[in-house]
Amino acid sequence: MQFGVFSVSDITPDPTTGVTPSEGERIKAAIAIAKKTEEVGMDVYAVGEHHNPPFFSSSPTTLLAAIAAQTERLVVSTATTLITTNDPVKIAEDFAMLQHVSDGRVDLMLGRGNTGPVYPWFGKDIRSGIQLAIENYALLHQLWREDVVDWEGHFRTPLQGFTSTPRPLDGVPPFVWHGSIRSPEIAEQAAYYGDGFFANHIFWPASHTQRMIALYRQRFAHYGHGEEKDAIVGLGGQLYLAKNSQDAKREFRPYFDNAPVYGHGPTLEEFSEQTPLAVGSPQEIIDKVLGFREYVGDYQRQMFLMDHAGLPLSSVLKQLDLLGEEVIPVLRRELDARRAPGVPDVPTHASLVAANGGARDFRPGANRGDNLTDGSPYQTPVEA
Amino acid sequence: MTTRNLAVVAAGVGAPSSTRMLADRLSAAAIEALRDEFGTQVQASVFELRDTAKDVTNNLVTGFPSPRLADVIEAVAGADGLIIVTPVFNASFNGLFKSFLDVIEPSALTGLPTLIGATGGSPRHSQVLDYAMRPVLTYMHADVLPTGVYAATEDWAGQADASLPSLPDRIARAGREFAARVAVTDRSSRLTDPFALDGSFSVTGGFSAE
Repeated sequence: MQFGVFSVSDITPDPTTGVTPSEGERIKAAIAIAKKTEEVGMDVYAVGEHHNPPFFSSSPTTLLAAIAAQTERLVVSTATTLITTNDPVKIAEDFAMLQHVSDGRVDLMLGRGNTGPVYPWFGKDIRSGIQLAIENYALLHQLWREDVVDWEGHFRTPLQGFTSTPRPLDGVPPFVWHGSIRSPEIAEQAAYYGDGFFANHIFWPASHTQRMIALYRQRFAHYGHGEEKDAIVGLGGQLYLAKNSQDAKREFRPYFDNAPVYGHGPTLEEFSEQTPLAVGSPQEIIDKVLGFREYVGDYQRQMFLMDHAGLPLSSVLKQLDLLGEEVIPVLRRELDARRAPGVPDVPTHASLVAANGGARDFRPGANRGDNLTDGSPYQTPVEA
Repeated sequence: MTTRNLAVVAAGVGAPSSTRMLADRLSAAAIEALRDEFGTQVQASVFELRDTAKDVTNNLVTGFPSPRLADVIEAVAGADGLIIVTPVFNASFNGLFKSFLDVIEPSALTGLPTLIGATGGSPRHSQVLDYAMRPVLTYMHADVLPTGVYAATEDWAGQADASLPSLPDRIARAGREFAARVAVTDRSSRLTDPFALDGSFSVTGGFSAE
């Protein structure tokens, strides 16, 4: 079981002080939070992708490379990478590079994005969101697995004799999660490829998350990747914790009440009852998170949203300490004890290399200057 | 004997509410006609939107319904017939009526036989049925009956205009016409799984991924 922190990278005024952090402060805070995530014994840090204020994260791989350089074992990931408006070729290249510089400590999550104008800004049509996610991923999948690609689709200029470089580290692509709140097509896509499925889980009621994951598991088995319990499931969640319940609610309430995503609507109590939001003491957090397993089955990755809504860095770090000391060890122990035998872990770089029959180290041959008629320098890779 | 599911939605904000009263009258007329003329039993669920007014607003802000509101939406989306009644505020349906439609998936009412009604202080607002309610429900592909019922305050006191059909007469007529539509629909048995994929969907985008 992996635990991690994911950020949407919002820059929001702190409602208790009125202070809005600078972009620079928030970017450095993200690195500090990621380092703390590792320090307190958690496994993954992931950041979203946005191309509009008030979000700072337009270049996740650059930020994640810096984080990977400053950590030892943390897996860096995204939540999400926009498979709709990014060129799949650039995604293949960026993440292969991140894989190399982080020694394989990377996976990524694909999503469609929820900001309408991003599509036209990047020359795309939001009405084709699903088709873009499907076709672009098919190309990305191919670029990482075939050294020389001929390809033609609807949305991108065709490729003839194209090699995406660097080739994935050791010949295995990063593990991919497909994230979706409401689209069964994306659960189907994750199942088809035997990839992971991540349910954001934050904004929608548990019954919906339960049905999406049940669909993914069923289709995962249908496509021959194993039994339903072998499917790789990730869940989002959000929490605010303090030593005791009253302090947690009192401290978090002004942030909740003014948060761009859910402020000025339901009360903290109503929202906590209807969604995975957990605000309270370590024991309350433990009880709530253990409850997730009851409706999605044994799952592999639990991510928490911690640094949003204007919460200052000091508060986030303090909570991560408490989370690492009092919550994560108990959750690991309890979830391991309850886990059905044979349920797999999230694939890591090492496990993917092993499953692939060992590492491949690509060395381009001499470039003969004409990839079309003479073959690419990657056509006959030299084994190390 | 066959059974049809009826959803009755009243967007009135007072209690007691004349909008609820009209909704009840319309549903009683429809149930009676379905039973007597078509031999059809009815399972009716009646909702006053004021009971979920806060949930509707919260849904607008958060993007998801509370369990209580989800029950209302599910009953409406899964019905064989919908009776929906709004009070007239400032020459149109009230905000609660529109907000409720705004938190429903645009395709949820497709093909749903729908009887519209409205209440107002003056008979001069009766066209609200046709310039306000009908266009928005037609946009949502509901199957809106040509006949709607508007009740002004004076309609509740005997016959406002002796040259026109009385409110009970208009309710009975609308109930009969609506019953004829509801009796023949098999909508609730045809509802598709919201997680079902479109037949044209290709998981690889139309070409092989490998």
